[in-house]
Amino acid sequence: MFCEKAIELIRELQRASDGQLPAFNEDGIRQVLEEMKALYEQNQTDVNEAKSEGRSDLIPTIKFRHCCLLRNQRCIAAFLYDRLLRIRSLRWEYGSVLPTSIRFHMCAEELEWFNQYKKSLAIYMRSMGGDEGLDITQDMKPPKSLYIEVRCLKDYGEFEIDDGTTILLKKNSQHFLSRWKCEQLIRQGVLEHVMS
Amino acid sequence: MTTQSYLPVPPGVGMEENFLSLDDILLSQEKLPTRTECVFPRLGFVEKTSDTRDIPEGTKMEMPLWLSKGLYDNKRRLVSVEQPKIYRQGWRTVFSADPNVVDLHKMGPYYYGLGSQLLHFDSPENPEIAQTVLQTYIGRFRRIMDSSQNAYNEDTSALVERLDVLERSLFRTGQAGLNDFQRWEKGQASQITASNLVQNYKKRKFPDLEA
Repeated sequence: MFCEKAIELIRELQRASDGQLPAFNEDGIRQVLEEMKALYEQNQTDVNEAKSEGRSDLIPTIKFRHCCLLRNQRCIAAFLYDRLLRIRSLRWEYGSVLPTSIRFHMCAEELEWFNQYKKSLAIYMRSMGGDEGLDITQDMKPPKSLYIEVRCLKDYGEFEIDDGTTILLKKNSQHFLSRWKCEQLIRQGVLEHVMS
Repeated sequence: MTTQSYLPVPPGVGMEENFLSLDDILLSQEKLPTRTECVFPRLGFVEKTSDTRDIPEGTKMEMPLWLSKGLYDNKRRLVSVEQPKIYRQGWRTVFSADPNVVDLHKMGPYYYGLGSQLLHFDSPENPEIAQTVLQTYIGRFRRIMDSSQNAYNEDTSALVERLDVLERSLFRTGQAGLNDFQRWEKGQASQITASNLVQNYKKRKFPDLEA
């Protein structure tokens, strides 16, 4: 049966149901496109034969292949679109700088899309809140206080705070820092928000 | 509230499919018992049981839903579609007797989805099929809601074992609501947490991820 490779691409994405981005299956896409090309060419031939020799009995076959072409097209479109949704969520979860290991999972066009998305988001954020703009990727939960207690979960190194002093973030050290400076690091799992 | 930033395209409602939904694509991969109503020249290799060059008329084959929908018309010139066992009279009686005892995961796993899609193929039994699917859902809903709202911090595999795909997603939503409520009760709602996505990436083998 046709379209087996296409459905495999979909299953691969469905398996990572938590929103993770698997490596870009370039080979899979290539195979689906090859199948589409073969189906299209066979249909071209049969359509010409049907017209010139009046072989209307070929029409069911042409329709069959056409359904397969549409199916492959749908699978590829959904595959690429779902990956973009995952890449979009990376901007919100990770921030604007992605670790190299994740970048390796993206194809060149996806990286380009990510850069453009970052840019659009930045322009949008700058357009709000007067001169400084508004960082809407902060304060995902309504803040209760300006400063929070955090504990360091791993060695991160030096971290500069507003008054210019640097703090050494060593594993298990606890600090009382301003909320919006730490939020990124907490989301990335470097710090832990300690509730009293 | 745990915020979710990956929002996949949801499955369509009722007889509709969402073009870009991964769930709907997998649903439409399910096979239906069909019969060819004409010859399909040069496609013999698709129907692996026959060695002929063409698929002869009257061949019975299991065809994926997407293909059956594509080839079907109400004059049945190309294919005719039969209902799978569980949507026929015999099983319908079982469902109406007690919908809670059936293992819809084994029977499906897309019982509701496939049942709704079957309505695209004209059949005098369609109103009954639609009724049965609906009543089954109504009959089972109460238990799913109860179990999802009361199973806190425990192994739920026994509870979801016999649920179909739609019911499992309902159960998951119920559990998410329950967990959020419990966190709020404990006063943890304002605690900034590490992103689930980031933590999952670290659990997989990403050696150069550590800062």
